[in-house]
Order: sequence, then C-alpha cells, then structure tokens
Amino acid sequence: MVLELQKPRPIWQIMFSTHHTDVGLLYLITSLAFMFMGGALALLLRVELFSPGVQLIADSMTYNRIFTVHGTTLIFLFILPSASAFGNYLVPIMVRYKDMAYPKLNAVAFWMIPPAGALIWLGFADFTWYAYPTYSVISAPGPAADMWIFGLKILGISSILGAINFVVTIMKCKHPDLPLSKMPLLAWSYLTSSLIILVAVPTFAAALLMLLTDRLGASGFFNPAMGGDPIAYQHLFWFTFHPEVYILVIPAIGFMYEIFPRFSRKPIFSHSSGVFAFTLLAIVGFSSWAHHMYASGMSFTEKTVFMVGTLAAVPASAMHVFNFLATMWGGRIKFATPIMWAVGGIALFFSAGAGGVVNAAMPLDFMSHDTYWVVGHFHLFVMGTILFGTVGFIYYFFPYVTGRMYNEVMGKVHFILSFIGTVLVFFTQHILGLFGMPRRIYDYPPIPEWVQMNIIISIGAFIIGIGMAIFLVNLIWSSAKGKPADMDDPFELGGKYYFPYQAKNPSH
Amino acid sequence: MKQKGIGKMSGHSNWPEWIYVAVVIALMCYVGAEAWNVERLIEHVPEDAKLITVTGQQWLWTFEHEDGTKEIGELHLEKGEAYRFEIHSKDVIHSFNIHEYTVLMDAVPGRVNHVWFSPNVAGEFDIQCREYCGLIHYNMRGTLFVEDKGA
Repeated sequence: MVLELQKPRPIWQIMFSTHHTDVGLLYLITSLAFMFMGGALALLLRVELFSPGVQLIADSMTYNRIFTVHGTTLIFLFILPSASAFGNYLVPIMVRYKDMAYPKLNAVAFWMIPPAGALIWLGFADFTWYAYPTYSVISAPGPAADMWIFGLKILGISSILGAINFVVTIMKCKHPDLPLSKMPLLAWSYLTSSLIILVAVPTFAAALLMLLTDRLGASGFFNPAMGGDPIAYQHLFWFTFHPEVYILVIPAIGFMYEIFPRFSRKPIFSHSSGVFAFTLLAIVGFSSWAHHMYASGMSFTEKTVFMVGTLAAVPASAMHVFNFLATMWGGRIKFATPIMWAVGGIALFFSAGAGGVVNAAMPLDFMSHDTYWVVGHFHLFVMGTILFGTVGFIYYFFPYVTGRMYNEVMGKVHFILSFIGTVLVFFTQHILGLFGMPRRIYDYPPIPEWVQMNIIISIGAFIIGIGMAIFLVNLIWSSAKGKPADMDDPFELGGKYYFPYQAKNPSH
Repeated sequence: MKQKGIGKMSGHSNWPEWIYVAVVIALMCYVGAEAWNVERLIEHVPEDAKLITVTGQQWLWTFEHEDGTKEIGELHLEKGEAYRFEIHSKDVIHSFNIHEYTVLMDAVPGRVNHVWFSPNVAGEFDIQCREYCGLIHYNMRGTLFVEDKGA
C-alpha cells in the first residue's frame, strides 16, 4: 500500500496527480467533507421539526431548500464519491494492475465533483432531490433550480466516466493469472455497480436535458400546458434512480465482504454465492423502478408487474446477509471498530429490507407512500447500511492510508452513538409514517403522537451528530498524532489471512 | 487457508443456504399473492358510488359534489355511502390523502385519477397533501366531516 499521508508531500502534488491512490485520497477527503456538510443540514431540519411552530428556520422556502441540498449532497457528493474513493484504491490492486486503465480520465472524473458541488451549494434549489415536474418546470425559482440541473448533469458525466474506468480496468487490465471468478468480491461489487451506472445513468441525463429545455420554455416534454406528461419524467427518473439504490449499496456490501472474513479470521463462506447475488441484484434492480409511482394513477397490471419485480430483489439481498452471518459463524471474531460497524450494518440492512417488502406490497404502499415511513425506510439503507459499511471500511482502511492507528475507544463510542441514534431516528420515523405525517413538511399541526415522535427523532439525530463530531476529531487527531500502526498486522489479528491488496503488484 | 482456496472452501455444506433462499422466496410469493388479492378487491368500485370531483391547486383543495355543490378545504360526506373521487390538478403534482381511511392518489396535471372509499365511522378527519408542491405544501390541509345519514 502507498502511505499517502506519511510521506510529507506538497498538497499540489496530490491534487494534480493521476495516480489511483492519490485520486482515491482526493475522492475520500471530498466525500467526507460533503458528509459532514450534509449531516449538519439534517441537524438544522431536526431542530426545526422538534415541535410545531417556528423554531430556527424562518420560512418554509429555506426549509425546502435545506432538505433538497441535504439529500442531493449525501447521495451524489458523499455516497457516490466515497465508493469511488475505495474503488480507486483497491480495484487496480485487486486485479493486479499498476493503475486504473485511464488515469487521466480518472482525475478528470474526480475534478468534475467540486464544481458540481459548488453549483448545488451556491444555488440551493428547493424542488427536492427528485425535481418532479411540473413543480420543477413551472414553479421552482431559478437560478437555483437551473444550477442544480447543471450540477447533476456534471455529476452524471463524472460517474459515467468513473464507471467506464472501473469496467475497463477490471475486464481488460486484470492479470491473466487471475480468473474473473476468483476476483475478490469487493472488485466484483465495483464491476456490477459500474455496469448498472452505464445502463441507468444516461436515462436521467436525458431527462435532465428535457427538464432544462422545459424550464426555458423551449419544449414541453413534461408540461401538460404544452402537451407533455409529467409522469414521463417520473419513469425516466426512477429508471435511473431505483438502480441507483443498488449502485450505492453494492459497494457497501463489498466493504462488508472485506471486513467480515478478516475480523472473523475465516474465509468468506461462499465466494460464488456472493458473485451470484451481486449479478442478480444488478439485473433485477432494473425491474422495479415504478414501485415509486403506485399512487400516480397506475393500472392494476402495471402495479402488479412492478411489485413482482421489487420482491424479486429480496432473495439476492438475503443471500448476502446469509453469507455474512455464515462467514462469522464459528470464526474467532475480534470485535474491533470496523466489524462492529459492519455487524450494525447487517442488522439495519435486514430491517430496511423488511420495511421495503411492506412498501412493495401494493395495498400497504398506499399507507406508507410519501410519509415518514418512506423517509425512515430509505435512511435505514443509506445511513444504516451504506454509511455503516463505508464508515467501518474507513476505520479499517485508516492505518493503510495514514500509517497510524485511529483511536479505538473513540471509534467504538462513535459506533454505539450512531447505532442508538439511527435506531431512534429511523425506526421512530417508520411509526410516525403510519400515523400519517407526510414527508417534506416545514411545519405540522400539534397532533400529540406526532409531537412526541418528532421529539424522539430530533434527540436521536443529535446523538448521531455527537458521534459524528467524535469521528471528525478522531480522523484529524489520529492522522496527525495517532500511534504508528504495525503495517503487517495493524489490527493484531495474527496469522496469514487473506489480504487481497497484498497480492503481488510490481508498483506497490 | 491458502490464497487459491478462495471460492471453493472445503468442508461446509451448502444446504442451509439453499433452504434459507427457498424460505425467503416462499415468503415473497406469499406476500406478493396476498397483496395482489387484496389490491384486486380494493380496486373494485361499487356501482352506486357517488362522484366527488377533487381539484388540487397551490395550496388548497376544492371539492365538487354530484349535485354541483362546491366546498373549499372542507368535505362533508355521509356515513355508509360509497364515494368515488375524480382527482384533477390545476398546476403541479399534489397527492390527495385521507390518512385514516388510507385514501391516497396523486393529482397530476393533464391527467384524471380515480380512487374510492366508503366512510364507516362518523367524525372529523384530516385531509392533506402528500406530494411536495412548494411553499405552503406543509399547510395544504383540509377536513373531512363524516356525518350520520339524515343528520
């Protein structure tokens, strides 16, 4: 491994580098910065919702802008780049190649993210992260909305370029001695998620262009006043963004496939079932997009088709959970910080999946659709599964990047606070949804159950916030002053267990 | 464990995984079949359902009864009758929702959507918008009054 921060180097040398570990480091730092920024916005929202009436945010427009930028930031500027970060570090090493296939393209893909982030943050649009017409066409104030569209456009190109790079690196630059079937599961996760990006994202890129010309009044694709249909946008949008869920979650599952065997001191239970489940998820991920639109006036037949397509994704996800548990079964587990995060991630992944079955079942969806149930449901995925897997992997990877150990006690406290907070916030949001509170509302009537649950949720959010503050201190302090790590075995696991990144590589 | 042993680890049985996957698939088939059946029954609109035309606009609900009476923000219905809603929107997408009765249907401009229900409990119930529609979305609320027949 290259020790990025141990060798003192001028910052511009890292910034203008095209080496895959340097680009990976840039991705990682950028994504972490956006994670803290997006999380801070969530805390503002929770202060406002603590009780009915105005608390902190003076008007509803500001509130709407904050939740839009919160969602956009955490999905596009935190989760996607953080997956690319570790992909850049590990995919070339796992396929035993000296770098990514196209190093310059790799750097270009990264450098599209800061300007896109600037457009989104300076614009501060208000039409939520899905920008449904006709609101986004006739009603959303510019230039914020147009800046958001351009920002997303740039991010879409960036992720397509990154995906091309991963696919080519894996398919064309893989060492001839390493068959695809033996490639580590983390590399498999990047192969499958990149293939999903290549199929899914261009659709949204097209929809964004149409949205922009609609806003300019030059066309009327989604504007019924000009003969268009807003439902068409919803189809284009969800054709990209339901598979996007798998783009986001598959690398996180890949991280867990690294963590579990390592800390259980036991090989993965079944490599082939992991490969099978990744591939299956990538395919069935495309059969379920319109389950987000049951209430938009779809026919009974359409709803049935998409319900079946959605339920079909469950066995594949369940296979991953089985694989994790069977890997831990009978292992000599060392409960260091990374595996604690991964175990928490499995528990929350399972809960999120169970809630998802409820959403998929047609009659029940009419209870949960667009209520806080849905907010709780997808946050259990994006925070409970993806962020937990990613943060666990950041702890796991910390010594290999900095040459120093993070503070174990702080890492465990961070986990415990985050787990308690996540359960408090997102489980309660499920129940709040069943009591009928809609999403995306700035203020609510003083219904006693709503008020009580909102107080619980806000307290939980601040518990998560404290955990994240500890995380930030741990990252900064430990990378400068932490105790030097034993690079052969930083977690004192002993023995010769499988390290994919220790495969022979002439450049490392 | 040697590095080349990855993928075909010796000494474990694959049966637990097969059984587990079969159980998950069976559960999903049950959920799917049950949901299909319930939805099929729910979507069957009674012949004698009375028509209520619902119009959503930023940021209020308008209701028109079969006899032409119009109400804004309030809807008065009789207990025990069946009602069919025809949902329109004047500007952006809204979502017509009476949570206690699980009535939910988007109001999409340029389209007409339908949903029906039959109130069986008298009282006051909240009507709200469940699709983000801009500035006052949070307060696009109304009240449903279900009254006993002849009251």
